[in-house]
Amino acid sequence: MKSITVFVCAGMMATAAMAEIAPDDVTYDEYGEVMVSLSGQPGDPVVGKEIMVERGKGNCIACHQVTALEEYPFHGEVGPSLDGIAERRTDVELRGILANPKMTYEGTIMPAFYRTSGFTRPGDEFTGEAAAGPLAPLLTAQEIEDVVAYLLTLTD
Amino acid sequence: MKLLIKGGIVSAALFAAFGANADEEASLVINEDIEITVRTDAPAHLDNMRTIYSGWVYRSDETQALQMDDFENPGMIFVDDAIDVWASADGSEGKGCVDCHNEPASMAGVRATYPKWNEEAGEVRTLAMQVNGCRTERMGAEEWKYDGSDMLNMEALLASVSRGMPVNVAIDGPAQSTWEMGKELYYTRTGQLDLSCANCHEDNYGNNIRADHLSQGQINGFPTYRLKNAKLNGVQSRFRGCVRDTRAETYAVGSDEFIALELYVASRGNGLSVEGPSVRN
Ligand code: HEC
Ligand code: HEC
Repeated sequence: MKSITVFVCAGMMATAAMAEIAPDDVTYDEYGEVMVSLSGQPGDPVVGKEIMVERGKGNCIACHQVTALEEYPFHGEVGPSLDGIAERRTDVELRGILANPKMTYEGTIMPAFYRTSGFTRPGDEFTGEAAAGPLAPLLTAQEIEDVVAYLLTLTD
Repeated sequence: MKLLIKGGIVSAALFAAFGANADEEASLVINEDIEITVRTDAPAHLDNMRTIYSGWVYRSDETQALQMDDFENPGMIFVDDAIDVWASADGSEGKGCVDCHNEPASMAGVRATYPKWNEEAGEVRTLAMQVNGCRTERMGAEEWKYDGSDMLNMEALLASVSRGMPVNVAIDGPAQSTWEMGKELYYTRTGQLDLSCANCHEDNYGNNIRADHLSQGQINGFPTYRLKNAKLNGVQSRFRGCVRDTRAETYAVGSDEFIALELYVASRGNGLSVEGPSVRN
């Protein structure tokens, strides 16, 4: 019994690891959409909500107003309100916009949350020093899925 | 959003959420005497903006008020310190600033034209470089640290005697190639957030970014006394902070890149008044 459980778990982990798509390997269609889960797993909207407001994570409300997140102070005005976004955008569009919004909106100010190459003078986080090694994406594959799951709860 | 604000149709609901927002229509007169131009027509070289605004315009009513009276302005304490230094001899020549320049008031108008081309040195000099030029070449004294407190105090004094005079830096002639380099840097997106100065200060001034109310990033008010760190802050240190916030490797304070950027950003404010030492948050 025990050995079977171990076997199953290991098998699941292997599948998950294989299914995660690295930032440089993400495929965008001509509209900037990303068809498959970046982590190979569904997202968790409760975690996604935290990422939306945390300054060291997505900090999405730095630029976007979201009425459902009113309890967290200071929403920015740089991007459009995300109220009712689930009525306007599908999961594949949202995933693409989060991973690299420049594939959807050319020249946008919105940062790419799942991109690690192609930057000018990349730094070591917020130290002002040069990046010491390969960059980590701003959000992990699973965190992107979590935020997508949260955005899909924003119906009118 | 910005268009609405610029059009004057400021929705009450929009601002209700941000109690600390400024009166963007306010005028600045210091000591009921010195009139400061905080908004004016953009200089001809600016393609994307019609009106330029001092950062003062975007600060809260309380912060704005601190700059209206020299007794309220914490930056003026450092001006007093520099007045003493002005008159004191330093270095191997036994001279102080006063020996070549008389009273500080004789410097009225100087701040307004820097950075500028120095023919003898064959380089564009910021005001800090010129001050250090005097210290090493004429006084035989040690250089002051760029954006260190001695330097910022002196810059505050030099700014204070030019208050109300229009910023007027030259962008042509021998300064032009430096200016072009600064412009290039201003529009280059850097760091993992991939943002340029223009993304925040040209495309989004007047908008909130989280708790910050974005200004045009003008430098007519430098050095700036910031309530956040309770000291005078230099232009290039400010640039450094903004570049760092794009998750980029920044340039060094005093580098050729930041000298060029300072010239370019100063020229974006041609026509605003010199206002330093200003008060910001
Ligand atoms: C620095 C500003 C900035 C940040 C930070 C930012 N965005 Fe955006 N976002 C924008 C802008 C601006 C647009 C509009 C696209 C355009 O026209 O450039 C946008 C567009 C969007 C859209 C599409 C809106 C629509 O109506 O179709 C979504 C969804 C979105 N952002 C979600 C997010 C999420 C989630 C985060 C955080 C993980 C985030 N954004 C962080 C600026 C930002
Ligand atoms: C991610 C947004 C962002 C970027 C990019 C950015 N800044 Fe800023 N900057 C700010 C914020 C926020 C403040 C504080 C509020 C204000 O004065 O706008 C600020 C303030 C300033 C100030 C002080 C203005 C004053 O009146 O005291 C200057 C000068 C400035 N920035 C210049 C620059 C330059 C030059 C660049 C590019 C090298 C740059 N900024 C890039 C966000 C940014």
